[in-house]
Amino acid sequence: MNNKMLNLLLLGLALVAPLALYPVFLMKALCFALFACAFNLLLGFAGLLSFGHAVFLGTGAYVTGYLMVTYGLTPEVGILAGVGASALLGFIYGTLAVKREGIYFAMVTLALAQLAFFFYLQAPFTGGEDGLQGVPRGKLFGLVDLSDNLNMYYFVLAIFIAGFGLIRRTVHSPFGQVMKAIRENEPRAISLGYKVNQYKLLAFVLSATLAGLAGSTKALVFQLASLNDVHWFMSGEVVLMTLLGGMGTLWGPVLGAGTIIAIQNVLASGPLANYIHVIMGIVFVLCVLAFRNGLVGELQKLIRKNFN
Amino acid sequence: MQRDLILETKHLVKEFKGFTAVDDVNLKVERGTIHALIGPNGAGKTTVFNLLTKFLTPTRGSLLFNGQDITRENPASIARMGVIRSFQISAVFANLSVLENVRVALQRKRGDSFVFWRSEKTLDRLNERALELLESVGLRDFSKVRAVDLPYGRKRSLEIATTLALDPELLLLDEPTQGMGHEDVSVITELIREVAKDRTILMVEHNLKVVANLSDRITVLQRGAILTEGNYQAVSADLRVREAYMGVEADPSTAQNTIDDSDLEATA
Repeated sequence: MNNKMLNLLLLGLALVAPLALYPVFLMKALCFALFACAFNLLLGFAGLLSFGHAVFLGTGAYVTGYLMVTYGLTPEVGILAGVGASALLGFIYGTLAVKREGIYFAMVTLALAQLAFFFYLQAPFTGGEDGLQGVPRGKLFGLVDLSDNLNMYYFVLAIFIAGFGLIRRTVHSPFGQVMKAIRENEPRAISLGYKVNQYKLLAFVLSATLAGLAGSTKALVFQLASLNDVHWFMSGEVVLMTLLGGMGTLWGPVLGAGTIIAIQNVLASGPLANYIHVIMGIVFVLCVLAFRNGLVGELQKLIRKNFN
Repeated sequence: MQRDLILETKHLVKEFKGFTAVDDVNLKVERGTIHALIGPNGAGKTTVFNLLTKFLTPTRGSLLFNGQDITRENPASIARMGVIRSFQISAVFANLSVLENVRVALQRKRGDSFVFWRSEKTLDRLNERALELLESVGLRDFSKVRAVDLPYGRKRSLEIATTLALDPELLLLDEPTQGMGHEDVSVITELIREVAKDRTILMVEHNLKVVANLSDRITVLQRGAILTEGNYQAVSADLRVREAYMGVEADPSTAQNTIDDSDLEATA
């Protein structure tokens, strides 16, 4: 009951947020929140640390961007294509990566992501260092003009809610149970007869698909797909967002992404603009040293301690 | 007479870089018995277990389950055939509830474990069976507790309930009473005896009192090889066993008919 109230309250806030805050900032926050949630599905619930997740964000962005620029597709088709491409790449990379564990898994994902990075750097359609610019937002279903920021905002909000809903459902599904069991104790899950690699692969593909959704959406919001989206900095940033907010919690990545994007936005226009990376580094160190469960994780712990 | 073997190893060998951990082991486990694998530290008991469940791959030799060669199967497939193992360190899913722990095992056979678009509420129909299993190990009242919050002995009970959920033909228990207090040991011993009524159990166990209490047959390993086999009387009378355990030269004139007197006393 309480949870339902909270969700409704948050939805209400999200609906009126553009009155108080700049829509592009909100859309950026939502895109990264979805990206972080997708990443958290893998790290927080399946226990797999991918260190190349930007590649799925970037692939979604590039494919959607390229198709929108070249063929003038409607945005929903463009996004679907981007998501499909990320899912496919997720399947290929996942198949290769799940055969390894722990640090080796992270290294394989990083190496594969770097491979894709250099592909996007060299491939003619991406515009190399300049990125793919002037991506049209188009008209949703040929009807709603998304070049209007407010329309675009509600479209992005709808996408975020759908993506977040799917993640929540996945976490609380029969599959989610097995995924968590594997996270908790992989040898035991094997000894119960689970072919764990298949479950890891599905988690990986779902996560890559949703990361692609975030990337496709982001490309429309900024009308740009660039190398930043596939760079390993981005892979690192999503780790930071997830850890700061609280991995393994549903809302943690949302809060983490919002916080990071907000800090970046505030700093970018101030005198500390050149120190953003230093400050992010300090935030990361503080997070790891002082509150390992992240903002939401620590909060949950507090509630458990005091109210149960 | 031909014995009904559920599990058999033929010339099983495991070598790690110049060190032979398991050396030509021919193990025969008879259906419906409790078979114990004992031996001093480093004798290769756990390695044998890992080989039997394919958590390790044998260097040479073969494994037969119900007469069928399973040497090339992977661990999950062996589990699916009905050979379920436990682990030395209690293996529960720490952050799942006690009920969920058992349900994860029940869920496997339903074939909807890849379904990510339905609510986990669809699993609620397994709750009844899960609670029955928890009841049988005395954990029914703890069903909502997170497994990590259970005391150690109860974690092992939970592990057994989870294993039973799969209705295994052959149970491999790796030191089921390790690290337990006196009371817990007797609880688990009784539980194993109960479970063994319609199953075969192969266990590694250090507590000789438990071994004496439960086992129909004992295989003693030393330095990776089988030293001797037989029932408890025969094995405990074997001077080589005493020597292996105590590290003293066997001297027929002073040797007694036990591995360790206190163990036998405790048995009585």
